[in-house]
Amino acid sequence: MTIRVSKLWFGYALAMAWFYVLLWPLLGIKADGLEFGASFAIWSKVAVASAILLGLYQLKKVGAFGFVERPAKVVGKAAGAVAARVPTWVALALVAAVAVAFPFFTERYAHDVAISVLVYIILGLGLNVVVGLAGLLDLGYIAFFGVGAYTYALLSVHFGLSFWLCLPIAGGFAAIAGCIIGYPTLRMRGDYLAIVTLGFGEIVRIVINNWMSLTNGPNGILGIKAPGIYWWNGKGFEHMLLNSLEQLYYIILALAVFTIVAVYRLNHSRIGRAFEAVREDQTAAELMGVDTLRIKLLAYALGAVFGGLAGTFFAARMKFVSPESFTFIESAMVLSMVVLGGMGSIPGVILGAVTLIALPEVFRGFELYRMFVFGGVMAGMMIFRPKGLWPAKRMGARSEERE
Amino acid sequence: MEFFLQQLVNGITLGGVYALVALGYTMVYGIIQLINFAHGEIYAAGGYMGVILISWLFAQGFPPFVCLGAALVLAMGYCALLAMAVEKLAYQPLRQSSRLSVLLSALGMSIFLQNGLMLTQGVYDRAYPTEMVQGGFELGTVMISYMQCIIVGVTALLLVALNVLVYKTRIGKAMRATAQDKTMSALVGINSSRIISLTFAIGAGLAAAAGIMVGLYYGSVRYDMGFVPGIKAFSAAVLGGIGNITGAMLGGLLIGMIEVFAAGYISSEYKDVFAFIILIAVLYFMPTGIMGENVDDTRV
Repeated sequence: MTIRVSKLWFGYALAMAWFYVLLWPLLGIKADGLEFGASFAIWSKVAVASAILLGLYQLKKVGAFGFVERPAKVVGKAAGAVAARVPTWVALALVAAVAVAFPFFTERYAHDVAISVLVYIILGLGLNVVVGLAGLLDLGYIAFFGVGAYTYALLSVHFGLSFWLCLPIAGGFAAIAGCIIGYPTLRMRGDYLAIVTLGFGEIVRIVINNWMSLTNGPNGILGIKAPGIYWWNGKGFEHMLLNSLEQLYYIILALAVFTIVAVYRLNHSRIGRAFEAVREDQTAAELMGVDTLRIKLLAYALGAVFGGLAGTFFAARMKFVSPESFTFIESAMVLSMVVLGGMGSIPGVILGAVTLIALPEVFRGFELYRMFVFGGVMAGMMIFRPKGLWPAKRMGARSEERE
Repeated sequence: MEFFLQQLVNGITLGGVYALVALGYTMVYGIIQLINFAHGEIYAAGGYMGVILISWLFAQGFPPFVCLGAALVLAMGYCALLAMAVEKLAYQPLRQSSRLSVLLSALGMSIFLQNGLMLTQGVYDRAYPTEMVQGGFELGTVMISYMQCIIVGVTALLLVALNVLVYKTRIGKAMRATAQDKTMSALVGINSSRIISLTFAIGAGLAAAAGIMVGLYYGSVRYDMGFVPGIKAFSAAVLGGIGNITGAMLGGLLIGMIEVFAAGYISSEYKDVFAFIILIAVLYFMPTGIMGENVDDTRV
């Protein structure tokens, strides 16, 4: 035991020394001389924090926290039992009521954040179909978001088509784009797929950036119309544009609910089962009569549709689109939502989107550190909790669990 | 013709750099079947270490070639340590997990390192002291700068050294054995985790050298400079046949040439697109690449 412990601390010392060797040159070597203060300040903080964590971890292993853990376990169990007695529909109704009432008791700023969260929920759920259900890693997903946004932007500015008409059109275009991207990649091995989708995402962005005559290049497209509806004004129906944030909030809420229901139904359909079969074992799925190529293409197309819908709303909400909104970092962000929440799990993805969009708003001062932390969390999740914060439930029981 | 030859020289310079980066991808893929997304960031870190060290050494009054040489060696060592740390932290605990998990972990590390560079070095370009090596000579009608000579020379030297290491030494033999069959090589007494660590270190050293070359060639570095060259170098590795060292060198040269010629003759705005299109075309029509062995269809 003591040998093990000392080995652990030896490893810790080695890691910290290593870390300092990596950190110091970045901060300490200046053209006018060597300097140790800044790097040592950061290093000492990291060293102390990780020493405390390591110590706590060891105490936990020895069982020193039994006096907290045991009662906590009992309370947790009791809470779980109470929660299990509440029917699902009550919980859902509660969430829905909060979501609908949200604009009434919050500020403009909160509406703005809520709209972003809902857009990302749609994107996350769309990507979840591809990555979580079908197990195809897509690193260029934001391209479909871009296709949707530009479809609406161009149709609205040049032809004056309405938002509602463009919604299905943009979804359709995104689906076509999904098939175009999906088709040549489907025969590839999984990890090649990742890099090819990444390449495709970049191609879409570069084309948007350089096709001046169509997309106005890096300057973007201005003057996109907000969604409009016909509203009863006492005498007759009048066309009115939904410009305010509350109105936009309800539109995106409706779209998000539609997406959640659609993905939920998809999850439980024959096609959803086929997706999972392909994810778990492609050869076995094929033997069971699943047309794997078609199913994968379908996964791409369906995932892309949601990206397109979200993109249409994004264009209508910002009233401006430019290629800057569709970089690889955005793809990585949507992917980290799916990973953080739990691949294949609808509540997980929602939780992931809320965490990754709303939390940084709370910690506004640390804006710069946002992606830095994302990257670290993504790698850490894979190591410590690969199934995500809210793991997906497996459909049915496996034969060995049934006993 | 003149333009063609000039582009050829530029293509060889750029292609050599891609070849150096591509080797890291191909060696790591060959040994643990992972697309090491963080490799592009290692290359960027190499570029930064280069500018940091060269500026410091130059300010101490060392002659330019000593600065260059010392910076090259130190930056390669630094990046080797960095890559080994990344491997230990983010990849080794996932040896038994699904390939999707490791891939995501690699992606996370890539974002982490890129933003780490941004936080410590700032978001703006950092200029290389290019006044150290100036001028060039004319060969017929083609202009060759001394910088290009240095880049091609160092690249060639590193490529030869790597070939000797992999094909002529005991360590190289152990690396090749581990790449072929981890279990069997462990049975004959090869410490596979040490070999994997070493592979990461060597690949990172080459990438660091490439980062410095690119910094010297273009005159500046940026925290996100590793992303696009990373994909291009991976394309080069795939084009040459992933897992194959000679293939990666060849692929790197080809991708460099294609990029330079496409930029010169077709369109410079779309030059990045060509590398991606080649990647997709190769994977679709010739998934084993130019020199690759047959790879089985395994999922992530």
